[in-house]
Amino acid sequence: MFSDYTSAELISIFAMQGFAGLILFSVFVLMALGLAIIFGQMGVINMAHGEFMILGAYVTYLISNLFASYLPSLFGIYFFIAMIISFVAAGALGALVEWSFIRFLYQRPLDTLLATWGLSLILQQIYRSVFGAREVGVTLPDWLMGSIPLTDTIEIPINGLFVMVLTIAIAVAVYLLMYKSRWGCQVRAVVQNRPMAAAVGINTARIDRITFALGCGIAGVAGSAFTMIGSTGPTAGQLYIVDTFLVVVFGGAASLLGTIASAFTISQAQSTMEFFLSGSMAKVLTLLTVVIILMIRPQGLFAMKVRK
Amino acid sequence: MTMQLKVTQRRLAFMQTFSRRWLAKAGLAVCAGWILGAGAEVNTTGLAVTDKEVTVGILHSVTGTMAISETGSVQAEKLAIKQINAAGGVLGRQIKFIQEDGASDWPTFAEKSKKLLVNDKVAAVFGCWTSASRKAVLPIFEQYNGMLYYPTFYEGLEQSPNVIYTGQEATQQILAGIDWVVKEKGAKTFYLLGSDYIWPRTSNKIARKHIEKLGLKVVGEEYYPLGHTQFNSVINKIKLTKPDVIYAIVVGGSNVAFYKQLKAAGISLPKEKPLLLTISVTEDEILGIGGENIEGAYASMKYFQSLDNENNKAFVEAFKAEYGKDIVIGDVTQAAYLGPWLWKAAVEKAGSFDIDKIRAASPDIELTTAPEGYVKIHPNHHLWSKTRIGHALKDGQYKVVYETEELMEPDPFPKGYQ
Repeated sequence: MFSDYTSAELISIFAMQGFAGLILFSVFVLMALGLAIIFGQMGVINMAHGEFMILGAYVTYLISNLFASYLPSLFGIYFFIAMIISFVAAGALGALVEWSFIRFLYQRPLDTLLATWGLSLILQQIYRSVFGAREVGVTLPDWLMGSIPLTDTIEIPINGLFVMVLTIAIAVAVYLLMYKSRWGCQVRAVVQNRPMAAAVGINTARIDRITFALGCGIAGVAGSAFTMIGSTGPTAGQLYIVDTFLVVVFGGAASLLGTIASAFTISQAQSTMEFFLSGSMAKVLTLLTVVIILMIRPQGLFAMKVRK
Repeated sequence: MTMQLKVTQRRLAFMQTFSRRWLAKAGLAVCAGWILGAGAEVNTTGLAVTDKEVTVGILHSVTGTMAISETGSVQAEKLAIKQINAAGGVLGRQIKFIQEDGASDWPTFAEKSKKLLVNDKVAAVFGCWTSASRKAVLPIFEQYNGMLYYPTFYEGLEQSPNVIYTGQEATQQILAGIDWVVKEKGAKTFYLLGSDYIWPRTSNKIARKHIEKLGLKVVGEEYYPLGHTQFNSVINKIKLTKPDVIYAIVVGGSNVAFYKQLKAAGISLPKEKPLLLTISVTEDEILGIGGENIEGAYASMKYFQSLDNENNKAFVEAFKAEYGKDIVIGDVTQAAYLGPWLWKAAVEKAGSFDIDKIRAASPDIELTTAPEGYVKIHPNHHLWSKTRIGHALKDGQYKVVYETEELMEPDPFPKGYQ
């Protein structure tokens, strides 16, 4: 397969494939960060995570239509505004959901699984009733379309770059929030020892609500970013949920670093194998590898050492 | 006096035997026998047929990844039924329909089809879209002797006595398309790409055999699971191998991701380097993909919304009046529209709703009012139809650039392609 090409062409092909892998990595991290916070830090299995992402996507759709009708001159920047509003909307919905039923189910993982699965079905039907069963097309601003030619033969898709930059920004923000802020300290305290944290005066209920809302907000931003690369429909969230859980569980549920490491492993494995084999085989082999590693090491890549 | 008495007595006896009550009952019995007897010919197998109504089933996905494609079929079938009812119905009976949702899940299709045939005893079912859904319901239609009107273009290799295929089969759709792109665009190398299930795999097998028969080359063949959203790797591979034609059979929601990512990777379809030829993107899918992302691609179908004939103009107008002026109509939607009309024609030719009778009556039924022009049912239960090539425009419509001169004969078991 490689014998017909000059070394310059081969380099450019591997460079483009490397970028494709990095874009996939960014997509996985973006999807999984929100869930890692909710599942990892709080032990809540949120089966509706995909639907929060699609909420962000639909909000972006509405805002793009709004700008196209009323503010066409500012169309170029609507995407940033859409992402902020997606974050707020998804976060608000997350807070509402947490207040209404998640907070009663914290020590009952199977019940949260069922309850959030029900929530995902309800949200899907709401989207179907409000926006229609068919997918909606989101018009992108011109500067996000197309690709940047780095050299004659290497071209990087702009929206891929955008997703990568966005992922780095969000990952850094989450890191600072969780490990360098007072609030993050409180969250970690609540996760590690809830009664003691409450005894010290931390309002555990409020912390839980804000953490859940944050996780959902990040999902909303991810969904907003995904309008560039995927479809926006009532059931589009289901396309992402399996991969997201895979990444989070493989990385070790309680560790954000683990999430990033596992996203990197899975995305690189998948995109490399996709290049040499066909798409379905690559997925099969990636999943087999994950299954085998999880059988050997069920706590995932990076497990938190906690005295229980 | 005695004679008068005898006459009166005889009259009394006559009146007592053949009293009014008796006459009324006898008359009713004769009438009932006549009606039932006549009704019995129209429906001898216990289908849901009364003197005023006949019940049919509609079985499509309105939820799930296939909803984007199947919603149009449901709309078309409902419109056809409404028009038939307005014109007097079938054999004087109004059509009532029961709609079930297959939910893009093939076992659900099987379960719902059993419910329609066994519980609801419908006289016909208009349904299915993917070949996987059709294969799932086929054993049930054959076991319970139902009739399915199946609207999607598909891979052929099937000829069931319980299905009428109103969409094109592979040789009609694929071969004409490849011949055109080789002749008009001088294509020599092909990259085959598809979603991973029976239709794309079988179609690509047929395409590959035909391409190699013409002495040309297939430089790559890839499949991705339905619902897959990351195509950057295969797009890189396409850039690597530089084919003349990308032959794309991506289905459902993955279409949106594929064409968006193709454009983002810098492959500009209007430049036709490579040229993209698809058999799975109709006007319905372009709604979700966005006309600007697929502008410049070619599609090989039997029907496009922009077809310029009287039947189609009337059809598009009626469709827009019913569903809104922004609605689009794809090939499968039109084929779904044909289903109820072909069924009505078969029932009226057979004079009965019995499945065996309409099966015997179906071959050689012609429909001159079809929006695609003219179709005729072939004894192998497929339709004679023309094939057209459309060029995708930015507004989401296709411009027809080629039409076969003759009707293409359906050949679901082509020699040399299996």
